[in-house]
Amino acid sequence: MSPHAVGFREASARAVLDPALREAIRRVTDNLAVRRVQVTAELPHFDVLRDRAKRIKEHTLANLDRYLEQLEAAVQARGGHVHWARDAEEAAACVVRICREAGARRVAKSKSMVTEEVELNRALREAGIEPVETDLGEFVVQISGDRPSHLIAPIIHKRREDVAELFRRHLGTPADAPVPVLTAAARAHLRQAFLQAEVGITGANFLVAETGTVVVVENEGNARMVTSLPRVHVAVAGIEKVVPRLADLAVFLPLLVRSATGQRLSAYVSLLTGPRRPGERDGPDGFHLVLVDNGRSRMLADPELREALQCIRCSACLNVCPVYERAGGHAYGSVYSGPIGAVLTPALTGGRGLVDLPFASSLCGACRDVCPLRIDIPRMLVVLRARAGRTAAARWERRVARVAAWLLCRPRLYRWASLAARALEPVVRNVPVGPLRRWTRARELPRLSPTPFHRTVPR
Amino acid sequence: MPNRPHRVALFVTCLVDQFAAGVARGTLQVLERVGLRAEVPGGQTCCGQPFLNDGFPDQATRLARRWVEAFEPFDAVVAPSGSCVATVREFYPQLFAGSPWEERARAVAGRTYELSEFLVRVLGVEDVGARFPHRVAFHPSCHLLRSLGAGDCGRTLLLRVRGLELVDLAHPEACCGFGGVFSVKFPEVSEAMLRDKLQDVGATGAEVLVSTDLGCLLHLAGGLSRHGSPLRCLHLAEVLGGS
Repeated sequence: MSPHAVGFREASARAVLDPALREAIRRVTDNLAVRRVQVTAELPHFDVLRDRAKRIKEHTLANLDRYLEQLEAAVQARGGHVHWARDAEEAAACVVRICREAGARRVAKSKSMVTEEVELNRALREAGIEPVETDLGEFVVQISGDRPSHLIAPIIHKRREDVAELFRRHLGTPADAPVPVLTAAARAHLRQAFLQAEVGITGANFLVAETGTVVVVENEGNARMVTSLPRVHVAVAGIEKVVPRLADLAVFLPLLVRSATGQRLSAYVSLLTGPRRPGERDGPDGFHLVLVDNGRSRMLADPELREALQCIRCSACLNVCPVYERAGGHAYGSVYSGPIGAVLTPALTGGRGLVDLPFASSLCGACRDVCPLRIDIPRMLVVLRARAGRTAAARWERRVARVAAWLLCRPRLYRWASLAARALEPVVRNVPVGPLRRWTRARELPRLSPTPFHRTVPR
Repeated sequence: MPNRPHRVALFVTCLVDQFAAGVARGTLQVLERVGLRAEVPGGQTCCGQPFLNDGFPDQATRLARRWVEAFEPFDAVVAPSGSCVATVREFYPQLFAGSPWEERARAVAGRTYELSEFLVRVLGVEDVGARFPHRVAFHPSCHLLRSLGAGDCGRTLLLRVRGLELVDLAHPEACCGFGGVFSVKFPEVSEAMLRDKLQDVGATGAEVLVSTDLGCLLHLAGGLSRHGSPLRCLHLAEVLGGS
């Protein structure tokens, strides 16, 4: 995760001035949200699946050490290699080392948030290895030197014309090329990447402990190419992705796909277990699983925030969030945006974005309602706000809060202050200070009742 | 009527106390209409919600203790605010987790209700005998809707008000953009949300916008008056408590 260029405040204030951005985001998120409602409603037992998934995640996270060891043994038994990465640098260095050992100069990647998180592409390029993103959206992100702004729709912020212009410059398509021409050009270009790459890199939606299986959910077929054409397959995954049994996928796949894209099932679900075995026609010669911690065990040790490790990255919370819709994903300054990103970023990094991200929510609760794992995002935002409240940056607000609470704990003083406030109101109204000025631009300050209610109650 | 409580307390809430005394009076009147004379415990000020949401749980806890002490003698506590009730029900048990206060807080939180929720779900009343001959749009506040799961109660009550024509918002569930500290820290995003909400309200042709939380109402009213809109904002209690 790269450091904030600007904070959420500035970035979001800029984003709301861009109606095209808003329209682009709304078109996609509304569509995803509407489809999600349709396909979740048609499953009468959807809520049962949610509850079961929650229990499985709670159980797995409570026994994560055991399941990770089981996973490691299962992967090794199938002839794969398991690598443990404490942080982003170790993870990226580990993948670079595997690529070097494979003699790779070119790698093909499918969509993966964790490789964004550890900035794998930068490490690969610095090592002289050329990564090619083969997911269409991520490919566009890569050639435009951009960052994904949505968990599953990385170029939600781009308009079709932006992409046409990019393709004209990079792939030589006509400036007015319609979408099918653009996708065909990308397809032809990426086909070469699949064929030339010595190593294929994927993320993982789930890791099955009992079988050592990596599960990849996708719609473009590129992950399947990435895991079958190159000689070596490297899967990079956060340690929280493990589920105990293969049968658990019957719970998680419908939850993920229906919550994410509103499909009943994605076009491709790949269950990849170790390298190609004798007698098998497809698959890589070598298989490596890189398990990334990068702040996750710290979250696991944190009883107030560990619930966020249950996230399956479906993006349903982004698609219903009124703040995400208007601020856009980039404002969050992290690969993880939206309500869950506002929790994950400070939680994973031990505090980055703490001063603004937890406040980037009206706490309307829409995220918690749609989360397939019922993750209580508003609760954790409030927890993080309390941590922000203890930082030096909040010392003035803290002083104000102390005085206000002291006063509110003294009803007689409160009643007296109510009168004083009425005396001062005409003055205060006309000199709005600091943040009030930005508030009052669009809203008139409320007026105090001439008499506070408590004065009208007989004592 | 099921579970009719004997001693009912009005939890005024600090915003109502300071900015909308009429809402508290309206609440008392509605309760009187259904035969309940609510008491107004002295010593109540604020439940602590703003402190909790701003990141100062210690201050919130101090106020929460006072709140529990003030309201635990009553059989039922009724407030004209979904978010203050949500604070008591959802967050008090967390604030007090592991302390002897937790049980006390849970007990009183279990009999604390938002006004419309209390009328419809506890008393089973849908018609309070109010009259309000206007075209009304109803915005159920996010806390009433999602934290308390009672967004439909306000609508149920409004549908039985004589002369009242209820017009539906296209997106009643959309947040108005207030969110307390959120609107202060990020006024631009909040404003963009407010604008959309007001557009939705405007498109219904309503004369009056009714909601259940004073925070939302002050925000919405502030936005309307900035735009010179003739639309009035009223709290549900003012509609139900009116003659």
